Amino acid sequence: MSIDTDKRDAERTAAVRPTEDKIARQGRLPRWSTPGALAAAAVVVGGLLAATGAFSVGLFVFLTVVLFAVGLYALSRVVEGARKATDRVVTIVVTSAFLLALIPLISVIWTVLSNGIARFDVEFFNSSMRGIVGEGGGAYHAIAGTLVITALAAAMSIPIGLLTAVYLVEYGAGSRLARAITFFVDVMTGIPSIVAGLFAYALFALFAGPGVRLGFAGAVALSVLMIPVVVRATEEMLKIVPNELREAAFALGVPKWRTILKVVIPTSVAGIASGITLAIARVIGETAPLLIAVGITTGLNFNPFDGRQATLPVFAYYSYAAPGVPRDPYIDRAWTAALVLIVIVMVLNLAARLIARLFAPKTR
Amino acid sequence: MSTDTSPGPAPATAPAPPSSKPVVQPGDRIFAGFATGAGILILVVLAGVAAFLVTEAAPAFVAPAEEIPGGGGIVAYIWPLVFGTLLAAVLALLIATPLAVCVALFITHFAPRRISQPLGYVVDLLAAVPSIVYGLWGVAVLAPASVGLMTWLQDYLGWIPLFAGPVSATGRTMLVVGVTLAVMILPIITAVSREVFLQTPKLHEEAALALGATRWEMIKMAVLPFGRSGIISGAMLGLGRALGETMAVAIILSVSGAVTVNLISSGNPSTIAANIALQFPESTGIEVNTLIASGLVLFLITLAVNSVARFVINRRREFSGAN
Repeated sequence: MSIDTDKRDAERTAAVRPTEDKIARQGRLPRWSTPGALAAAAVVVGGLLAATGAFSVGLFVFLTVVLFAVGLYALSRVVEGARKATDRVVTIVVTSAFLLALIPLISVIWTVLSNGIARFDVEFFNSSMRGIVGEGGGAYHAIAGTLVITALAAAMSIPIGLLTAVYLVEYGAGSRLARAITFFVDVMTGIPSIVAGLFAYALFALFAGPGVRLGFAGAVALSVLMIPVVVRATEEMLKIVPNELREAAFALGVPKWRTILKVVIPTSVAGIASGITLAIARVIGETAPLLIAVGITTGLNFNPFDGRQATLPVFAYYSYAAPGVPRDPYIDRAWTAALVLIVIVMVLNLAARLIARLFAPKTR
Repeated sequence: MSTDTSPGPAPATAPAPPSSKPVVQPGDRIFAGFATGAGILILVVLAGVAAFLVTEAAPAFVAPAEEIPGGGGIVAYIWPLVFGTLLAAVLALLIATPLAVCVALFITHFAPRRISQPLGYVVDLLAAVPSIVYGLWGVAVLAPASVGLMTWLQDYLGWIPLFAGPVSATGRTMLVVGVTLAVMILPIITAVSREVFLQTPKLHEEAALALGATRWEMIKMAVLPFGRSGIISGAMLGLGRALGETMAVAIILSVSGAVTVNLISSGNPSTIAANIALQFPESTGIEVNTLIASGLVLFLITLAVNSVARFVINRRREFSGAN
């Protein structure tokens, strides 16, 4: 801290001392200097790499950005002074960090699309893997299992999560129990998904003996992951309902529970629905707990209380990690399963945004 | 009560003294009961998680050392996994945090205002991609693509133990795992940092700019000091996620069980979560108990990390000048 202030003091004294030719350097670079410098850097690096014959896209982009930053810094320092030059370099660094962060997203989506599109056909959606050894087959059983288990998890998590949030905001605010629940909801948010799977397995192993694999156990594991997300989202939404609405209802003699059901929740229903959709999107792609608690099977099984079920993420994992012979059809199916999974998750995310926008309470 | 509800001018009789207890309808009592019950149920579930894990893990702690897989006892079994878990998570954190802070700064202070919110959505999409997809992407795209870089690291920085090599030909190394995990936790750190950066008092920013600060100086003087605890807690939340990440590590990493800091060779320590995912389906008896014991250790580590993160967040909430 003291070093910081020292430095700032030094800067300040430097700023008031006009002997440095700071005032003479109040010039500005023209607007086109940034794109111009970028183009120049690209041309120089491209030329150098082409001359040495070691051209690769990654190296080209990296060296171009470095040369661009250094070049613009030097130029700006001469014309505009050190402070503006630093500002320009930081802008370049921050912008390239953002573009760098976009690369994985684009790469992931492109890879999954290009690899998964090959088997994105009707057969993938209407046949299971029963009796399939090579080509053909599909993930109908896995899609069905994913939907059943996720629906079951949602059916358990949404009421519990909603009611807990109602308790935290409307009834328990500030009480010791409410504080304990808030703390432990935070703790639950941090439970690793595989530990949730182990919990579900340990729970059902007590009743059904070791080695149990059950769709319902997977749903329990998923709801351990889902409940805290629902609680947090709902709590945030209930908190921003204006207190005047509640007081107006109370003043009209409406009992508290009807106030909550008829005034508070309808006001915040858009945000709650969007939060729940995001929670579903989060758990529908979970692999590890289902790998532990549900396992995998090749046939169709709609009953979550009767033995193993296939799920889309686990199907993708086993198709990739333990392919049969020949290998390629299994790898193709893994990518297509990943593609279907990404499409489901993206659609859910989009739906959440749309719900939040379309059903938002009219503020006027 | 009934006299109060009658319409018309105030009755001549004196109104009944207000009762000290509010009227509670049966519906109220039932609804409140349900809400409280749901809250308590969450506490029960969490207690259940701890209790069942301890119950199922207990046999592994009391079993003789030679029955534990590997034959060296429970500590010898879990220690390399803990090391691998921490190594991968810390590596991911070191890569992701500076990047995430830059991304958050870009979204809040550098991007044109009109597109900054859509850009936030785009970064959130990174968080939506399932981990299994990251695993497949990591092993199919990132691992082969990084072999060249790792060879370069070995050639020129090989004197650092981290890059001692020999380079794995498939690229399924700890470094690639760290980068993949960094991609996965980047949106978490970005989201938290973005929130606190947006909460920086506008007056502080404008005061800095009015005194002639450039944008970077304004950020250095107003935004970063205000958001420091937010960055720290976001990084801790990201660390918690990286510690528990399973499938990406299970798919990408080629495992030998060695305890080494060599990031680019093919012999890597596994992580707790990945080891459970790989071993559990074929395990029986005491092996299952051992895996659950390792899961318990993972639970405790993430619990500690997340508690510290929450502590930092909550402390900040009390002392910040944002409200």
